[in-house]
Amino acid sequence: MSLPVIGASAQAPACCANPAPEAPMAKALHPQGGRTALLLLLGLGAWAAAYAAIHPLAEWLSFGAFGLARGSHLGEAVAFFLYDTPKVLLLLVLIVFVVGIIRSFFTAERTRAILAGKRESVGNVLAALLGVVTPFCSCSAVPLFIGFVEVGVPLGVTLSFLISAPMVNEIALVLLFGLFGWKVAALYLVTGLTIAIVAGFILGRMKLERFVEAWVYESMKAEATFEREQLGFTGRVKKGLEAVREIVGKVWPWVIAGIAVGAGIHGYVPEGLLASFMGKSAWWSVPAAVLIGVPMYSNAAGIIPIVEALLGKGAALGTVLAFMMAVIGLSLPEIIILRKVLRPPLIAAFVGVVGTGILLVGWLFNAVI
Amino acid sequence: MKIQVLGTGCAKCKQLTANAEKAVQELGLGVAVEKVEDIREIMKFSVMSTPALVVDGKVKSAGKVLGPQQIVTILQGG
Repeated sequence: MSLPVIGASAQAPACCANPAPEAPMAKALHPQGGRTALLLLLGLGAWAAAYAAIHPLAEWLSFGAFGLARGSHLGEAVAFFLYDTPKVLLLLVLIVFVVGIIRSFFTAERTRAILAGKRESVGNVLAALLGVVTPFCSCSAVPLFIGFVEVGVPLGVTLSFLISAPMVNEIALVLLFGLFGWKVAALYLVTGLTIAIVAGFILGRMKLERFVEAWVYESMKAEATFEREQLGFTGRVKKGLEAVREIVGKVWPWVIAGIAVGAGIHGYVPEGLLASFMGKSAWWSVPAAVLIGVPMYSNAAGIIPIVEALLGKGAALGTVLAFMMAVIGLSLPEIIILRKVLRPPLIAAFVGVVGTGILLVGWLFNAVI
Repeated sequence: MKIQVLGTGCAKCKQLTANAEKAVQELGLGVAVEKVEDIREIMKFSVMSTPALVVDGKVKSAGKVLGPQQIVTILQGG
């Protein structure tokens, strides 16, 4: 069986594909700052108005203009699609914009400077949180790893960062929120962070430093310095807009495809189809989901339609969450990239500990919910 | 003038190399853009995010794909 690959080839991680060139960054000036604030307020107002208008508009279009019957298969599917597509896209634009602004405060250099003086435990927690807000691309995983280790960030803390950065993903968070509500989104955020913190802590305790390629420690001479980019208010807003253009510009077809699949399920597929073999009672479905998920590689936007299809057909939440985390958190391309600095025993420990964490999360949710 | 692009061979690195070549062509500098793909060589520049643009041994940008015009500005600026 060949490895299923969604959305991107194994050589080019999804976050590195189709880069949008950055617009020239203007220096922030005071009069410009005022104008930016005004435009920002106008933009937010327009966003809120659009968001409020979606639901009535979708209802009117499907049951009024198209004349579809309420409660019919087609009517419900169309209404779901017309409501969810603009809703999720609007949420995506807002969140990516906000995250883009937050990220303009956290460069890799700055995160490294924050982590450099930290012990384990506190360091693991900080690293996992910073993993969410620091701009990260798995093609930069190796220079980042070396950069952290060079300035004396403990191995376990560095690994906490490298686990959380891909696994806790803002796009996945938005899509989960938009499609399944805030509870599922919060579960994903909290469990993702917990796995990153605990797995990094355990890996740190295992004293695996000898399995880091020796030359990494030989090249230790860099100091924990960072250059602060002087952006100003206008510059940060521009960064947010750039993030929207780059990220939303890339993932919107996936989002629409995902919602279309969801709409079909919503209208047509009988509930409980998968319940017999992916439901709570089948304990083995969680490890099976992890085993299938690890060799798969997909960006967060590409995996959500599958999540939606599985949940809609009656698969248990824990099983689906475990599958999703295995796909986006433990990816074969990233492991291959990390092999340049980590020797096989450390890679095996990394995959083993993180995989176990995902497994426990899956079982926990199947047991609790 | 020596122009190098640091990156382990991802799509963004290729894009930056292409943009740098365009900039060089536009200025008529007639120098080759050197790709540095070996991770040990990259780490000698102490960058933590790729792709990075290096001019005459100095890191000018890291972790982003500059457009050809931005690279032209950097090359003219020294």
